[in-house]
Amino acid sequence: MFAIETFGLEKTYSVGFWRKRPRCALRPLTLGVEEGEVFGYLGPNGAGKTTTLKLLMGLMFPTSGSAKILGMEVDDPRMKAQIGFLPEQPYFYDYLTARELLEYYAQLSGVEARARARRVAAVLERVGLVDVSGVQLRKFSKGMLQRVGIAQAILHDPKVVFLDEPMSGLDPIGRREVRDLIASLKEEGKTVFFSTHILSDAEALCDRVAILHQGELRGIGVIADLTSSVRGKVEVMWQGGNIPPAIRSLGGECHLTGEMARSIIAEEQLDLAIDALRRANLKLVSVTPVRATLEDYFVEKLSPAEAIAK
Amino acid sequence: MSRVTSIASNTFREAVRDRVLYNLIAFALLMMGASLLVGQISLGVERNVVINLGLTAVSLFGLVIAVFIGIGLVSKEIEKKTLYTILSRPVRRWEFILGKFGGLVATLVVNTFFMAIGIFAAVLYLARHFQKADAYLLVALYFIILQFVMITALALLFSSFSSPLLSAVFAFALFIIGTFAQDLRGFAALTHGAARWIATAAAYVVPNFAALNIISSVAHGQPVAGSLVLYNSLYALLYSAAAVAGAMLIFEHRNLK
Repeated sequence: MFAIETFGLEKTYSVGFWRKRPRCALRPLTLGVEEGEVFGYLGPNGAGKTTTLKLLMGLMFPTSGSAKILGMEVDDPRMKAQIGFLPEQPYFYDYLTARELLEYYAQLSGVEARARARRVAAVLERVGLVDVSGVQLRKFSKGMLQRVGIAQAILHDPKVVFLDEPMSGLDPIGRREVRDLIASLKEEGKTVFFSTHILSDAEALCDRVAILHQGELRGIGVIADLTSSVRGKVEVMWQGGNIPPAIRSLGGECHLTGEMARSIIAEEQLDLAIDALRRANLKLVSVTPVRATLEDYFVEKLSPAEAIAK
Repeated sequence: MSRVTSIASNTFREAVRDRVLYNLIAFALLMMGASLLVGQISLGVERNVVINLGLTAVSLFGLVIAVFIGIGLVSKEIEKKTLYTILSRPVRRWEFILGKFGGLVATLVVNTFFMAIGIFAAVLYLARHFQKADAYLLVALYFIILQFVMITALALLFSSFSSPLLSAVFAFALFIIGTFAQDLRGFAALTHGAARWIATAAAYVVPNFAALNIISSVAHGQPVAGSLVLYNSLYALLYSAAAVAGAMLIFEHRNLK
């Protein structure tokens, strides 16, 4: 069953002061996210990721199309009690302490009064803010505010968690902690939908990803499937300080660094390359299949449509 | 309803922590200064002057708070994006509007309560005792609160579709026009034809703050009719409800960019 579904979800803004003209922020988007899945929503800045999240949160209204979360309409309060949302670069009521803010959000989320204090304490512990829970948020650093943001998103034990650029503004340790947290949410069986432009995070965490560019869905699928198209190449590495002409003639890219040399060639040329090294009395060090990265796929999908067609 | 009260109490807490109630210090100093000064220069009209001054100050201090906080109730939340983590929870947009409105009204009521203590203290200091007519002071303060409720509702209405600056201009303009609402109705009665229709419509659309201003008569110890209390209460309630409903309706369809 799908936890999140969109059906031709589209958003067009009117821009300009006197002569209004339409600007498409999101072209008709149809996708489904399975329950329990970690789904990465990738795209460069301005791709339409935040617009999609705002439409799903009911903060904006679509020009056309619709969406369902947990089988319910996006403005259904019963559904909203079961989701958590971390906006991009969140800002909270800075006159409150972290504990007060979370208690307020717990009330709004319908957490029962007797469970509230326990739930707030547990989530503060989980994001590592127990020691500063009595400090007003105006004294928090950006990284600490991001932790508060994550805490408020998971406070009420939601089934689906939406995170808009959750690693934004975090130092390497903070990013690692957020990655671990997303992994633990998956272990708990929650559906996580997160937008990011940091591909290594998506590659490490996501079951599936979608790539969005200029408001248009350019690709969607399991990472291994998306990157398989560039497979079929191997990297051959050898020692000896030169590149034999027989290997150059294979047409692959060759690099020489001191005594070590390497070449990337097609899989079917591997035997020819090994024979050439043997003939030249060079020492074979390794043969590694080249696996395309998500970055390769991402860059390919961000090229203009005409280039992709070619 | 618990979500509305949660939002209202948070709005109240915000006003307190943003030191809005510090205006009470200025008011207290004003009342103390006025009591000492008036006691020396007014011959037999000390009570009249202190009540006039006190109630006018309560009205002006509250008006400034109602307008300047009221215009930011929605726009500030949108601008700072604090609204995103509220509306992504099981909170209806109308609940948010109602909660913010309730929170600011509660702030103004508390503020007025403490100012009322100041006025009664000043009257007691000058007259050495209370008289029966002083009870009408409470009615005047109640009418001032009704004015705050109406102006808060209007500021909220404007802030649901306009910028804070324009909202402030609209709210203050309506307050000033509303203060002369009776004159506007008199003018409408003098006109003819289409102009009469337009002037009458305008006179009834603007809030009638003139009817809620009984400061002068209370200062002179004149009684207040029970029917006026009833009509003013109904009028303020209906007018504010219409303005808040308008704010809810506009906000219900607003895209939060």
